[in-house]
Amino acid sequence: MLRIKNVESGYGRLKVLKKVTMHIRAGEIVTIIGANGAGKTSLLKTISGLLRARSGEILFDMQDIGKLPPEKIVFLGCSLVPEGRQVFAPMTVRENILLGAYPQYRKRRGEAVRDDLERLYAIFPRLKERERQLAGTLSGGEQQMLAIARALMARPKLIMMDEPSMGLAPLVMKDIFSIITRLRKQGNTVLLVEQNAKAALGIADRGYVIETGRIIMEGTAEDLLSNREVQRAYLGRDLDAEGKM
Amino acid sequence: MAGITYGTIYAIVAIGFNIIYNTTGIINFAQGEFVMLGGMSAVTFHQFMPLPLAILCAVIVTLLIGAIIEIVFIRWLHKPSVLRMIIITIGISILIRESALHVWGESVRALPYFTGTSVTSINLGGVYVTPQVLWVVGVSAVAVAVLTAFFNYTLLGRQMRACSANRDAARLCGVNAGNMVTLSFMLSAAIGAIGGCVVCPITYVQYDSGTPLAIKGFTVAILGGLGNSTAAVGAGMILGILESFSIWVLPTAYKEAISISILLLILFVRPSGIFGSSEASRLKEF
Repeated sequence: MLRIKNVESGYGRLKVLKKVTMHIRAGEIVTIIGANGAGKTSLLKTISGLLRARSGEILFDMQDIGKLPPEKIVFLGCSLVPEGRQVFAPMTVRENILLGAYPQYRKRRGEAVRDDLERLYAIFPRLKERERQLAGTLSGGEQQMLAIARALMARPKLIMMDEPSMGLAPLVMKDIFSIITRLRKQGNTVLLVEQNAKAALGIADRGYVIETGRIIMEGTAEDLLSNREVQRAYLGRDLDAEGKM
Repeated sequence: MAGITYGTIYAIVAIGFNIIYNTTGIINFAQGEFVMLGGMSAVTFHQFMPLPLAILCAVIVTLLIGAIIEIVFIRWLHKPSVLRMIIITIGISILIRESALHVWGESVRALPYFTGTSVTSINLGGVYVTPQVLWVVGVSAVAVAVLTAFFNYTLLGRQMRACSANRDAARLCGVNAGNMVTLSFMLSAAIGAIGGCVVCPITYVQYDSGTPLAIKGFTVAILGGLGNSTAAVGAGMILGILESFSIWVLPTAYKEAISISILLLILFVRPSGIFGSSEASRLKEF
């Protein structure tokens, strides 16, 4: 579904991504794990078009999207739930969600929006309760749900999520992750970027490890979970040290 | 009554400032020129066609000029600094003023009164006003109501608000942010032109009548709190009434100084505006 080859990008003179190559198949949950500043967010921004790729190619459904602006990429069916949620704070919850449906209106599928809205409210009953509230007054977890709901309204083939668990209480985080698995069951493809590597690998099929802008490891979620290097660097366990004790 | 008339027109200019400020975060100092262009071109069109049609054409012309300005001067700039934008819009304002001087010359013009003449008056509970004052207030009220409805209930209006709330997130929803900026310039040009047409029978219009309006409108926008259009109406009334009462106390020559003093006072004491919250203004760029 998504295939990235030797992509490089960055901000100004600073090169953040160096020859990144990866792919996602339809129906998968793929996760990218890495430390702060490793380039996870930059990678998602580059795919979604907010950051322009300097070289390499990004193929989405066999179509090169490397040079398209973000609004076009959304229309093709690739949505990003940005880091830090980025809801439209001065607008109501309902307005936020309906804005997410804008590509649907443009494709003259306005009638479908009502059904989509009901479907989403079934997944996120909290949002229905708070329909008329301003998005800025929601709690962090509710804002995250709103950001996910807004992205889903475009009916994306691929939904990318940047740190959905950031700043959330463990219980709320659990909710968000169960929603992600639920999305996959409904046939969505998910690209998940997380600092919480354990939780992310727990629900993912495959994963990539990114360090200073390079993919240094890839494999199935189980392989990565049991990999010593990954455990030491991202799961906070040192098997060698444990063995000696 | 004069206070309310002027207050209304200041409010209209301030709303024009707010529309562009809300979608782009820039202050368009050419806003007063839109008012002048509206009035001037309406007078010109009125020589060939009936008044309503002339006003419609004037609004459309100004709206197109607004769009052209955005496309030529603003669109291709990538994340320009605030100072650069201020200088560009001041430049645009000078450009429009000088072109107007070339096209229309220095003469002072006016549209006829929409209903009645300058001597007709209507008795409003003991106060006699010319019907044009009612036109000014009525048209402005309708414009504010239509704008509010547009921003709150239409998909396009919501898209513009989304752009102002969070530009990147709006683009991720498929909103073409660049077009929204063009649209905001067109809208505020149109609002300015409508204002220019309704007041010009009372205030007259000349190639350089835009600049003082821009200063007053800016004062009102700051007074009400940048970006807040409802507050701008209140602030416009305050400034208009203060100005007209000042003639009783101070020589008429000082009338213009009132708004500048208010602007300075507000900027020193309460930069977020009298209706604004200081909390929100801290998040703004300037």
